[in-house]
Amino acid sequence: MDFEAVIGLEVHAQLLTKSKIFCSCPTAFGHGDNENVCPVCTGLPGALPVLNKQVVDFAILTGLALNCKIQKHNIFARKNYFYPDLPKGYQISQYEEPICLGGKLTFLVDGNEMTVGVTRIHMEEDAGKNTHHGEFSLVNLNRSSVPLLEIVSEPDMRTPKQAGEYLRALRSVLLYLGVCDGNMDEGSLRCDANVSVRTRGAEKFGTKVELKNINSFRFVEKAIEYEIGRQIDLIEQGQKIVQETRLYDPDKNRTVGMRSKEEAHDYRYFPDPDLLPLRLSDEWIDGVRKQLPELPYEKMNRFATQFGLPRYDAQILTQSRDLAQYFETAVKRSNNPKGTSNWIMSELLRVLNDQKKEVADSPVNADQLGDLVRLIDQGQMSGKIAKGIFEDLAAGKFSNKTVEQIVKENGLVQVTDTKAIEAVIDKIIAANAGQVEQYRSGKDKLFGFFVGQVMKEMKGQGSPTVVNDLLKKKLKGE
Amino acid sequence: MAVSEETIRKIAHLARLELTEKEVQTYSKQLTGILDYVSQLSKVDTTGVEPLVTATDMAVNFREDKVEPSLSPDDLLSNAPDRSGNLFKVPPVL
Repeated sequence: MDFEAVIGLEVHAQLLTKSKIFCSCPTAFGHGDNENVCPVCTGLPGALPVLNKQVVDFAILTGLALNCKIQKHNIFARKNYFYPDLPKGYQISQYEEPICLGGKLTFLVDGNEMTVGVTRIHMEEDAGKNTHHGEFSLVNLNRSSVPLLEIVSEPDMRTPKQAGEYLRALRSVLLYLGVCDGNMDEGSLRCDANVSVRTRGAEKFGTKVELKNINSFRFVEKAIEYEIGRQIDLIEQGQKIVQETRLYDPDKNRTVGMRSKEEAHDYRYFPDPDLLPLRLSDEWIDGVRKQLPELPYEKMNRFATQFGLPRYDAQILTQSRDLAQYFETAVKRSNNPKGTSNWIMSELLRVLNDQKKEVADSPVNADQLGDLVRLIDQGQMSGKIAKGIFEDLAAGKFSNKTVEQIVKENGLVQVTDTKAIEAVIDKIIAANAGQVEQYRSGKDKLFGFFVGQVMKEMKGQGSPTVVNDLLKKKLKGE
Repeated sequence: MAVSEETIRKIAHLARLELTEKEVQTYSKQLTGILDYVSQLSKVDTTGVEPLVTATDMAVNFREDKVEPSLSPDDLLSNAPDRSGNLFKVPPVL
């Protein structure tokens, strides 16, 4: 039988606020155990939540970026369950009237455009953190009440690759907006996947399984891939899929069912009487709309049209706002979009990756890179010398100097003086009489050999155009 | 509206309450009585009336995103039955 998978993702994004969603405790990482707590986020009797306005702004901004309808009236609800990381015995979340409904996200999968629906976005508080030690468990409430957005997609994806690209595109949008740092390893971006399979062409969905604990970017596709295979195997063996929650185990690359008892959820949602309904005015929403930056997908399309770049280049260059900015700054200096793009993709990204640095901390600044590209184009510098300067900059040499200063101070000025070049060429021709003979009798390929010899003699500083012209003439015996 | 003994057992479990068989019967009767009494409200014709979330017209209040001093870990843990360093120590969860 031919099967297809149906995949929807639920993404939790930790918001980059300074304080928690319902109290003034800090959200920062790295504080001592139970230091970022107060009566509100530890559920002490009588403590009341007060909503952080920044959380609402971030939720609206994210909703607008994902083309959602912002609900002008929305309410907070209590989700009731017992677990030691949840001091109140309920999580404040949104249920029937979330802040955003009905959006979409467009992105590329293998160069083809794809649009995935966004069902809803709601605000909620995070729980604390438990660690388990066999005989006992330990509870740290620093994360309790840290603000989260839950972004739920429609079940529009059919392959693990599509799910992975959706998640990458969503992360990129959140980073552009500055609402989340997107760090999956530290848990500020978390992903659950709903996966089912059905025979291709069937209209009804199969029974879905919820995959939890996909806490790293590389595991999203692997976990879904495994789960699809597991479900197809079961169906082919004539067994039924059980609706359940499964955890992904990255070490063994498989999913494991959670005990059904833990799963017997009955959250008994009801409106939280401690929080009045949230009402949003048009002015408020429009005010947030003005803060919307150019988003990754728009920017990619603009880069492709405005700079005539292949979409592949444009997609890579617009992955982050900083990288896109770097490119635009460098292009102003180089006036050569494709050349600049090539240097960024092949040289800069390699160096940043090796040095584990962000674009903002790049050892080679955008002006320097743009100048290198321009000087090569203008024939004032060979590619080899430019690469040498680039590597020196990457290694931390000449920091903050302009390329022109570096060239001047290090005697890297290109030799265009025909007399000097002629002298070198004469020397090379005299020293390689055999090759000259072969060249003259038709072995054109040897031209490259002569260029190489001349450049070597000139330590790469000969102007490539002048060297080429003169060499041709001299070899012809002119 | 009868609240069955099975329902009583389920909500007791969700609230992590342990009930004797006798208590299950008692609460089943009592809660049935309470819900029957309250159900008189459903006789009111509410056609065209929006569901009410709160009784007041007020909307939620906000705070600015500012960090204020928190409780000290020692204050927080002063009522905890057991601790390990500055962490709550609880019976095993997993």
